[in-house]
Amino acid sequence: MLNDKDRIFTNLYGLKDWNIEGSLSRGDWDNTKSLIELGSEKIIEIVKESGLRGRGGAGFPTGLKWSFMPKESDGRPHYLVVNADEGEPGTCKDRDIMRNDPHKLLEGCLLAGFAMGAHVAYIYIRGEFINEAKKLESAIEAAQQRGFLGKNACGSGWDFDIYVHRGAGAYICGEETALIESLEGKKGQPRLKPPFPANMGLWGCPTTVNNVESIAVVPTILRRGGNWFSSLGRPKNTGTKVFCISGHVNTPCNVEEEMGIPLKELIEKHAGGVRGGWDNLKAIIPGGSSVPMIPKNICETVLMDFDSLSAVKSGLGTAAVIVMDKSTDLISSITRLSKFYMHESCGQCTPCREGTGWMWRVMSRLEKGEGEVDEIDTLLDVASQVEGHTICAHGDASAWPIQGLIRHFRNEVEERLINSNKQGFDAIDNPKRAA
Amino acid sequence: MTSNRKPAPDNYQPKEFSFTKENLELAKKELNKYPENRKASAVIPLLDLAQRQNSNWLPIAAINYIADFLGMPRIKAYEVATFYTMYNLSPVGENIIQICTTTPCALRGSKEIADLCKKRLNIDFGETSEDKKFTLLEVECLGACVNAPVVWIGDEYYEDLSKESMDSIIDQLKKGEIKVSPGSQIGRNGSMPSGQRSSLIDKGN
Repeated sequence: MLNDKDRIFTNLYGLKDWNIEGSLSRGDWDNTKSLIELGSEKIIEIVKESGLRGRGGAGFPTGLKWSFMPKESDGRPHYLVVNADEGEPGTCKDRDIMRNDPHKLLEGCLLAGFAMGAHVAYIYIRGEFINEAKKLESAIEAAQQRGFLGKNACGSGWDFDIYVHRGAGAYICGEETALIESLEGKKGQPRLKPPFPANMGLWGCPTTVNNVESIAVVPTILRRGGNWFSSLGRPKNTGTKVFCISGHVNTPCNVEEEMGIPLKELIEKHAGGVRGGWDNLKAIIPGGSSVPMIPKNICETVLMDFDSLSAVKSGLGTAAVIVMDKSTDLISSITRLSKFYMHESCGQCTPCREGTGWMWRVMSRLEKGEGEVDEIDTLLDVASQVEGHTICAHGDASAWPIQGLIRHFRNEVEERLINSNKQGFDAIDNPKRAA
Repeated sequence: MTSNRKPAPDNYQPKEFSFTKENLELAKKELNKYPENRKASAVIPLLDLAQRQNSNWLPIAAINYIADFLGMPRIKAYEVATFYTMYNLSPVGENIIQICTTTPCALRGSKEIADLCKKRLNIDFGETSEDKKFTLLEVECLGACVNAPVVWIGDEYYEDLSKESMDSIIDQLKKGEIKVSPGSQIGRNGSMPSGQRSSLIDKGN
């Protein structure tokens, strides 16, 4: 278990003052100037050395992403954009960072922005987080008054401003190019890549989009060293991570833990265990709604990091652990997610626009026990046609939960269809199947 | 799909809209966030401001006003208004109760909360009560999943709800305003586990 001394978010639960006085007492903004004086190359090198992988879901190495930005400006300004459009079902970690430790994020913006040659950062926060946006605004004001932000930020000679931009309710704006479109005042429809944002992002300028948590851990990494961060967790899956444990556990919570903590330990130590005991567990969605679920036997031993979870055909995603006990109607749980993906499809690509609705309608039929057993294969076929055939990953994300369900619980879906058909023609026409 | 949303029929649409003096100041402040030639970026916050000024719904006159204000084509502002779900394109009740029913909330009983609201207010999702006091909406994940079930009223989240606490919130709303504090309704601190916390227990933390 992670020691408290190695926790980055020491006010995760908001037990202490979130404002600047409290933040200063927790070590934020402590001689930030000296960190900037490391120079942009050294900062990027330390972040690379730390092994930090993006905390928004995809797990792309953060330092590498930063190094894609042009080293010198060609006249166009550079931008840092922070993705605070937290909306992946199960995920509520960035909200805690913004409302309880906002200065970690702001200081991270300055350091990351400086490293990438940006003088401006936009924090794109989901529209529903009204109070969190107000807190950020007020934290920015407090930091400006102390000279931490604005002209000659922290006395470093670097000018840096941060603006909060509120969204208005669209999950798809969590996709980085949709977010940029939205920030430009348009519908949030993802862009084709290339060009990548590092060359042509916000208003056609070099832009890097990073998740809140990825940015907020940077000041601590620079202070304690890349080696400290990489000594936690496992190779290629380093550092600490805020996990969100929801669903059928005794004490749902957020907690910062070491990467690679066994899933079972995470749930038993921090979330009070599965409701009704570990043996009452049925399945877990380990990384937010987009990743495939895993059944109990895999949950017994799997480690919570990118590579361990992808080895069992799931993913760490945003590290949002959704626990489902034996009372759960898994088909209904996944049907609800299918509805979510349909509702949130931006409508740009045909496979996703049509496919998400199609998959939801079939899932609803299966949920009610309507339909034939061979429809399961048709559903999988359609899911594979949506997956990988769209501009952004929304199509994939809509297919994966269904694929996970069928991969591990196909018998349950078949059973439901057979049982509900027993009285009908299916039992008469095909007694073998009904049995 | 989000872009299927349509504006209210003509007979509901006011002919004109303009910002109050106070909101005009706020709007100008909002514009300062973006480069001079990128005013359109402010369309999302300004539409929100307009909606707040207009009893929480966005008439076409307001969409056009914002488009003109920002010097962008009206159709572009219309696209934005119809794409994002936080804009209400038809008149709504005084109190908008938005219930998250996505899977993490569903696992913690959001259906019971939704059923209770429907019964108490005698309306279904997407409807407004006859006295225009309540609108009930089903929303997708609100991003407070470890405090499920979650309901969003006004600018606040009410979390860790039970049927009893939701019932009481409706009672309070019917009497005028919510007296209980927003956030967890079982007295939790944010996302901290109930009871003994398992981390951040060292001295100095």
